[in-house]
Parts: sequence; structure tokens; C-alpha cells
Amino acid sequence: MSGPTPVEAFPAAGPSRAAPADESVSRRREILYFALRGRKVVVATAVLVALALVAIVGPILRPGDPNAFVGPLGAPPSEEYWFGTTTFGQDVFAQFAHGLTATFVVGLLGGGVAAIIGMAVGFIAGYRGGVIDEVLNMLTNVVLVIPTLAMLIVVTAYLQARGLVLEAAFIGLTSWPWAARAIRAQTFSLKSREFVDLARISGVSSLRVVFREIAPNMSSYLFMTFILMFGGAILIAASLDFIGLGPTEGTSLGLMMYNAVAWSALQLEMWWWFIPPGIGITAIVGALYVMNVGLDEIFNPRLRES
Amino acid sequence: MRRYFGRKLFIYLLTFWVAATIDWMIPRFMPGDPIQSLLSRTQVAPEAVASLIAYYKSLFGLDQAIPQQYLNFWVAMAHGDLGRSVYLSGRPVVDVIMAALPYTLALLVPAILLSWWTGNKAGAFAARRRVLDNTILPVGYILTATPYMWLAIMLAWIFASVLGIFPISGGYGYALEPSLSWTFIKDLAWHWALPFASLFLVMFGGWAIGMRNMIIYELDADYSRYLSALGAPSGLVRRYAFRNAVLPQITGLALQLGVIVAGALVTEIVFSYPGIGKLLLAAVQNQDYFLLQGIFLFIIVGVLVANFLVDIAYVLVDPRTRVGMSGGTA
Repeated sequence: MSGPTPVEAFPAAGPSRAAPADESVSRRREILYFALRGRKVVVATAVLVALALVAIVGPILRPGDPNAFVGPLGAPPSEEYWFGTTTFGQDVFAQFAHGLTATFVVGLLGGGVAAIIGMAVGFIAGYRGGVIDEVLNMLTNVVLVIPTLAMLIVVTAYLQARGLVLEAAFIGLTSWPWAARAIRAQTFSLKSREFVDLARISGVSSLRVVFREIAPNMSSYLFMTFILMFGGAILIAASLDFIGLGPTEGTSLGLMMYNAVAWSALQLEMWWWFIPPGIGITAIVGALYVMNVGLDEIFNPRLRES
Repeated sequence: MRRYFGRKLFIYLLTFWVAATIDWMIPRFMPGDPIQSLLSRTQVAPEAVASLIAYYKSLFGLDQAIPQQYLNFWVAMAHGDLGRSVYLSGRPVVDVIMAALPYTLALLVPAILLSWWTGNKAGAFAARRRVLDNTILPVGYILTATPYMWLAIMLAWIFASVLGIFPISGGYGYALEPSLSWTFIKDLAWHWALPFASLFLVMFGGWAIGMRNMIIYELDADYSRYLSALGAPSGLVRRYAFRNAVLPQITGLALQLGVIVAGALVTEIVFSYPGIGKLLLAAVQNQDYFLLQGIFLFIIVGVLVANFLVDIAYVLVDPRTRVGMSGGTA
């Protein structure tokens, strides 16, 4: 490893240390140190923050309905319309900014719902074991094998009005099994450790054991699970929107691509219509994946590049 | 081994039952009325509405008791009857899907197998080799983060629209009739190339990254270190690591199948490729619910069969499952 090692960077190790508070501070500083040194997390965070800024500032710059017919028809990017206009004279930048907002909302909500269900199922199955574990495991495996998107298509096709929150909820409700499995396995290996036994024999309730003893010891793991669910939810939403089953109000990045393909932007070579939404999704999801790997390297010293 | 397959088979049958039941439940218990929306698309005299609703209800068997409807559904399915497509003027859904299926399979099967094989090889080769690692890894991350339809759109734009090398849409030229002639097969392959390439590339990225990470993990394992300490050539150690690292990748293939099928659907839509994906879009746009449900059932069966094939492959590769030890708990 090049550069200063964490011990050199924080020469706090005196003969009479080992106070627990001290240790947790230095652990936090060590994580921060590697987070800032590892380029992956820094770059990924920068990309996400930049896109989040566009998602927040963009709709303020271009208020009103992003689908309104405001400009010339099918114009390439110009000073007035940064990303050009669609065949119908809609401002592509306005759609892009509003679509980014929708993407973040779907990712956070969908990923959040999936992570919460996955945690609940994983903790209960892993900690309880026995029959409950068998049943939950069976449920997890069944939902895992069902092709999620195909099911979502059938479900959403029957809805006359579809909202962003509903879409995110559906995605969350179908994409949790992967997280549940991973968390169950982790819980399983942690629950037989001494400190968990100690908590249990001192009469602490199960809920408290899970949330005070087990969960904190896999917090990094839980966070990384959420990041992956976040990215996955965005990709699922994009596919759903692209089949024309996205939100019926407003716009989204997947819906932009759907319209671009449906109205022959490819044949007309109107590249400004379909490139921005694709770059937006790829950048967000890619940044999330890279961040996941970067965090893995921080929390798991064996993976750090030598 | 019998236990292993028995357990797997039970899960798959249970999954099929759950999925088929959901498929049956959705039109009956979702808000909104398919018959109402069917009627609203055609102009019907107001006084005829009531009798038409009754007619459609008896036609679809919706006037019977719910348990009877459920029974009818399974009986019909056992006879291979998935209803008739409303938008394709009453053709049986099974026929419509069977006509589109070869196109989708011709895209999916080669793309899955080739990308899995080459992706794993590339990932294993790149691991712990600094220069390759720094080039293949970022490319892999970008590819695997790319939505399937966007890569398809970009390939169609660059290679079909701008450069004009490949056709932009369709499964074969409009001037041709499907036949077993040489010109038709050549044309078919020409139309197949871009959708295949875009599916292949997205999957390739994912497999390469997965394998690279697994190899690094395996090279850190005790058996690898022991082998190196004994002075084994690094090629041999890597070969051992590869055989171990490939097991989670096989499991990963089974877990990814649903996502991959979804990717093929949207890729087909971009290229107007005459497979299941294009059919699905038409079904959604025309609110053809029988077709939609039929497609869903076909996808479920396809994914379950593929899962089972992967399980068999796993047993062939991992000897532990054969002697009934652990492993293969996926």
C-alpha cells in the first residue's frame, strides 16, 4: 500500500489507550480517511451530487409542465433550448430535469421499500430460524424466481392512472428477495457470536438484540444493500416506462426514450432527444455501483488495492 | 441429489402456481373493469351496453362463481387454451406467441451463453493484472449500468441510422417472404446482429465484473496461498480459482434470468424485432389482456425451465451436490 497507513496518519496509539470511545472515534476517522483516499467513492458521490443538483435546480429553471409545447419543432440544441426540442416542440432539457427528479424519487422510494422488506424478512428468518425460516425462505425463493418485470407489466397494465409513488411501491414490493437472502445469511453468522449470546441470556428482547447487537454490526452491509436496490429500482422503472407503463402524469427518463423511439427519433437522427435520458440513467446507476465497490473496499480491508 | 432436485422442483411448481394464480387474479380483483374499457373503445348504443356487458361476461366466463372461474382457468390452461387475442382479431393467444417465440429465443440463448462464457473469461483474465483491471473494470461498470434499451438505441443510431451498415428495424426485410432460401437467411442474420450485440454487451459487463471480484476473493483463499507457497505456477493457481469462482456465477445466471428476459423485451421494442417484446408492447398499447396474460405465463414457464437447466448444469460442475453434501443451496 502506498501512502501513509492509518496508524501513521493517526499516531494516537499511546500505552494507556483502549478507551472504547477513543476507539470508535478513530474507527470513524479511519473510514473517513479511506473514503476520501479511495477515488471511487469520491467520484461516485460527485456524480450523484451533480445530477441531484440538476434534478433540484432544473425544474426551478424551467418551471411548469415539462411536456408543454413551447419551442420550435425538432430543433437541435441551442442557447435557448440547451438540449434541443422534440418533434412536437417540447423542451428536452425541461423533460430531462423533471425526469431526473422522478428517477431519484423512484430509486429512493423503491430501493427503500425493498431494503426495508428485505431487512425485515432477512432478520426474522435469520434470527428466528426453524419453521419461520423455512416458510420465509420458501417465500423468498418463489419471489426471487418470478420474473419481476413481467409481473409488474401485467399488474400496471390494468391501472388506468399510474403515479410515481405507486410505481416505486410496486418495484419495492417485488425486488426485496435478493436483499432478504443476503441479510438472512449475515444474521445467521452473527447470531451465534458471543456478544449476541450475552445479550440474549441477560434477558434482552429479541427486537432489541436484532437492532442493538446484530444490525449495527452489519450496518455497512445494510447500507450497501440499499445502494444496490436503489440502482436496481431505477433500471426496473426505466424498463417499465419504456414499455409505456410509466407514470401517466409528468415525465421520466424512461418515458423520454419511449417517446423518442415511438416518434422515430432514431430514423430522423434527433440524437439530442434520446442521448440525455440514457446518459442520466447510466450515470446514476453506474455511480451507485462504483460507490458500492468503493464502500466495500473501505469496510473490507482485504479488498483494498495493494 | 434426489433431495436437491426434489426441493428445486417443489419450489418451481410452487412458483408456477403462485404466478399463474396472480395472473388469474389481476383482471378480476384490480380496480378498473377490462370489459368496460373494451366497450369504451368501440361505439356502442347506450341501450345496448347492458346486454353487451352480459354477453362479454358469459363469453369470458366471468358470470360464474369465483371458484368455478379459477377451476376453468386451470382446465383451459391444461388444454393449452390461453384465450384469444382481441387486437389480432381473435387469433388464439398460444398461436400468436408461438409465432414470435423463435425470434426471441434466437436472440436470448446465444446472447446469454456467449456473454456468460466470454464475460467470465475476460473477468478472470483481468483480475490482479493492473493494466487490464484498470481498463476492463470501468468499461464493465458502465456496460452493466446501462439500461438495455439505451444501449440498443445507441447501437441502432450509430450503426443503422448514421453509418447505415445494419438495418434499423424488423426481423427481415419488408420485401422478403419467410422461406428457407439463402437470401432470406442472410437477411435474417443481418437484422439479428444489432439486437444480439446490444444484449450481449450489457450482460458481458456484468459477468466480467462478477468474475473479476470472485477471482480476487479466491486468490486470497488458503488453498490458493498454499498452492503458491508450494511453488505452483500462477496459471495453475488461477485455473483452480476459476473453477471455484465459476460456481457463484452459475447461481448468478439463474438469478439474473428474469432481468435478462426483461432486457430482451425492451431491446426487441427498440429494433421492432418481431419477438415476444414487440408483441408485449402491442398488447399493452391495445389493452389486449388475454395476450398480455399469455405472454406472462410463457415468460414464467421459460424462466422456470431455464432455472432448472441451470440447476442441472450446477450439479454437473459441482461434485459436492452429487454426493449429497452441501453446496448448491441457491
